[in-house]
Amino acid sequence: MDTIQAILNSMLREAISPQTAAVAIAAIGLNVHFGFTGLLNIGQSGFMLLGAYGFAISIGHGLPLIVGVLLGFAAALVFALVLGAPTLKLRGDYLAIVTISAAEIIRYVGRSALLTDFTGAAQGLQGVSYRTPFTNLSFFGDGDSTLSPFNIYDIAGGAVWVRLVGWLALAACIAGIVLLVKAGRARPTVARRASRDAGGRLTPAAGTESRADLGADARQVTAVSAPVRRMGIGALIALSVFLLFFLMPTSYQDTGVSGWWVRFVAWLLVAVCLLVVYLLVRSPWGRLLRGIREDEDAIRSLGKNVFAIKMQALIIGGLFGALGGMLYVLPASVQPDSMGRSLTFFCYTALLLGGAATIFGPVLGAVIFYAARIMIKGVANAYIPDSIMNGQQTEQFSFIVVGVALMLIVIFRPQGILGNKRELRFNV
Amino acid sequence: MLLLLAPLMLLAMAPPAGAVGTLCLPTATTACIAGTVRSDAGVVPNVKLTVTDPSGTAQEVVTGDDGRWNVQVSKEGAYKIALQEDTLPDNVAVSGANEVTVQAKFNATAPALIPVRTSTYVSSTSKVDELIQSSASGLRLGLLLALASIGLSLIYGTTGLSNFAHAEQVTLGGILGYFVVNVHGLNLWLGGLLVIVLCGFTGWFQDRVMWQPLRRRGLGLTQLMIVTIGLSLAMQYTFQYTVGARTVRVVQDNPTVRTIGPITLTNQSFVAMGISIVVIAAVGFALLRTRIGRATRAVSDNPALAAASGIDVDRVIRLVWTVAMALAGLSGLLYALVTNGIKWDSGLQILLLLFAAVTLGGLGTAFGALVGSLIIGLVVELSPVLGMPGDFKYATALLILILLLLVRPQGLLGRPERVG
Repeated sequence: MDTIQAILNSMLREAISPQTAAVAIAAIGLNVHFGFTGLLNIGQSGFMLLGAYGFAISIGHGLPLIVGVLLGFAAALVFALVLGAPTLKLRGDYLAIVTISAAEIIRYVGRSALLTDFTGAAQGLQGVSYRTPFTNLSFFGDGDSTLSPFNIYDIAGGAVWVRLVGWLALAACIAGIVLLVKAGRARPTVARRASRDAGGRLTPAAGTESRADLGADARQVTAVSAPVRRMGIGALIALSVFLLFFLMPTSYQDTGVSGWWVRFVAWLLVAVCLLVVYLLVRSPWGRLLRGIREDEDAIRSLGKNVFAIKMQALIIGGLFGALGGMLYVLPASVQPDSMGRSLTFFCYTALLLGGAATIFGPVLGAVIFYAARIMIKGVANAYIPDSIMNGQQTEQFSFIVVGVALMLIVIFRPQGILGNKRELRFNV
Repeated sequence: MLLLLAPLMLLAMAPPAGAVGTLCLPTATTACIAGTVRSDAGVVPNVKLTVTDPSGTAQEVVTGDDGRWNVQVSKEGAYKIALQEDTLPDNVAVSGANEVTVQAKFNATAPALIPVRTSTYVSSTSKVDELIQSSASGLRLGLLLALASIGLSLIYGTTGLSNFAHAEQVTLGGILGYFVVNVHGLNLWLGGLLVIVLCGFTGWFQDRVMWQPLRRRGLGLTQLMIVTIGLSLAMQYTFQYTVGARTVRVVQDNPTVRTIGPITLTNQSFVAMGISIVVIAAVGFALLRTRIGRATRAVSDNPALAAASGIDVDRVIRLVWTVAMALAGLSGLLYALVTNGIKWDSGLQILLLLFAAVTLGGLGTAFGALVGSLIIGLVVELSPVLGMPGDFKYATALLILILLLLVRPQGLLGRPERVG
């Protein structure tokens, strides 16, 4: 029981860590590239690394925080222009090849001994050199906090029955969310089919009438239940988040190196990014993106400048990547080797797991991805004897599972958890 | 420079040197800074150096009869070491800066090097010799890359798929070579053959259980490309799982060096280049002159038309996968022999060059891949000689790729309509 509790605790810690939020933001950027526009950018880690370098180097040289952030964005913008200019007019593979190579180049240059004064070469930049301005912004004060303050240990000292009831309640909440979401998706199609059937059986004149009636009826049903359903989903999500922290009280420093402050800012930024993407993709510009993904020539024939729109998408997604990179290094240090090809692949796994071309997919995917990786490691560590798999190997085992999972997701469920299969039929 | 470093490592064990008197041993509260002043003619005794600590206090130290000097310091931080040039013998001068900065850390000896040279010193290799030597290395790298990239290009041509796991197949060849030859002690030639057969089998097997069913299901190329990315990730970490992060070698004994004219390479390199040329020529002959080669090119040009004219497209693709993986395995085996070892992520470093080579030559053209590989190999090895900093030699290859895509996106040997 204690081992399981420990594994679950570390899963929750990983799920809410600022680096998970950073990967979620980078995956949101990839979603703009891959999910909405169909650009196969395999160099997101390059954008992240550039953002991180721009941020860390300029602050390390005494520039203010805001300038550091802007320089990080500027680096990513230039990178996107350089990569996009030669490749966006060509078939998709060219972008893939050039982005993956360019991201590796950024890493090579970053760890080059020539630039030791700026990038710290292979050792990278220590967090101390650039973290202070950010930490100084904190209004959380000093000290430690536990989330939630009211937790299982307050009821019967965290007895087994309390935990069981808590976990059952959590499972019920998640089941409720899934049911409500599914109900919301099923209703319109059912209504359409019903109206068609009714229309087919009746006389033409009456059929039109009844179809209209049924349509209005269906609309009304959805209209009445939609806000209720949404509120229900919202309430259940809030309740399950509370239950999670209730079952697994987590405590950190309020402000420290990797405390609540950086977590708060990271997840706040995730929320802001989600809002931005939501507004972008439902704008006319966002519809153009999907149009380009589905049929570039059709959009071109409408007189749109496809190249410019693709470039804008590449830049915007890259800026999300840069922001993710800055967050990624904030609680740690800038290590060029930890931000290589693998990081891009993690972003892809997170994105495809959650569901490409959806709003919440990348975030859900990132949280599940990191929590699941910790679970695999924890379980392998606890239950597989060292003679078969030692501590070092569990780490690699978890990466093997990631790779295989990525393959299986693409083959068997390309739409991920939240996605719509019809949206992912495209070819670059 | 390496020669200068070597005595430093021995310093801790060396007996106290004459003029310095005491040997410096770092402790938990003290650090040592040490070095040897050595020119091309030998060590230089009685040279004065000034050591300035982070707060600006300077102390002087004199080199011993063996050219060594060391100081013990009780503060961590950046120390400036300056060589007093007037204390050098008349015919010796500092070849670079006469001042270095080192970081002193407790419990450690920080090495400080100030290179000096006699006035009669001449660089032992001329620029031309250096160019020829680097060209030979470039040709060697280019040939090894060509082995892998021809397969990559053929797969792209026949299926439209950019196989991101191709570089891991190269690593697989080297690692299998380690297991077969080094661990199990098989003869190198026999073992090498076995490795190539095994690698070819992985290609056949992959197409049988994965790529062909996925083609039949009509999975898009983008999705297939992501599948190869997942495969590459899984393979990389499987290598690391089995052999760890160390470099493994195919053969146990050290390679012998042979000099032909201005070119000095290991024997294995010469043999590897010979094998590569023979194999590439054989593949080229097969593509141009045999029935199956013509069928492959037909599928590459237009699969539907090829199928309509009675070519078994699936069989051709199966063969292409098998041959491509066998070639990649051979490339990895030779790479491990030539560079004296292979690591779990060696493929990752080659992948960049492979894609640069294939794109440079024209995606999907086998001979373009050959030309592209040779160019990339030469660029990577020659750019340091021509003044690029060594760290940027891969960046040069990519720069060329990006510039080429701007002016001739179809590659050197590609046809415009392939770009779409």
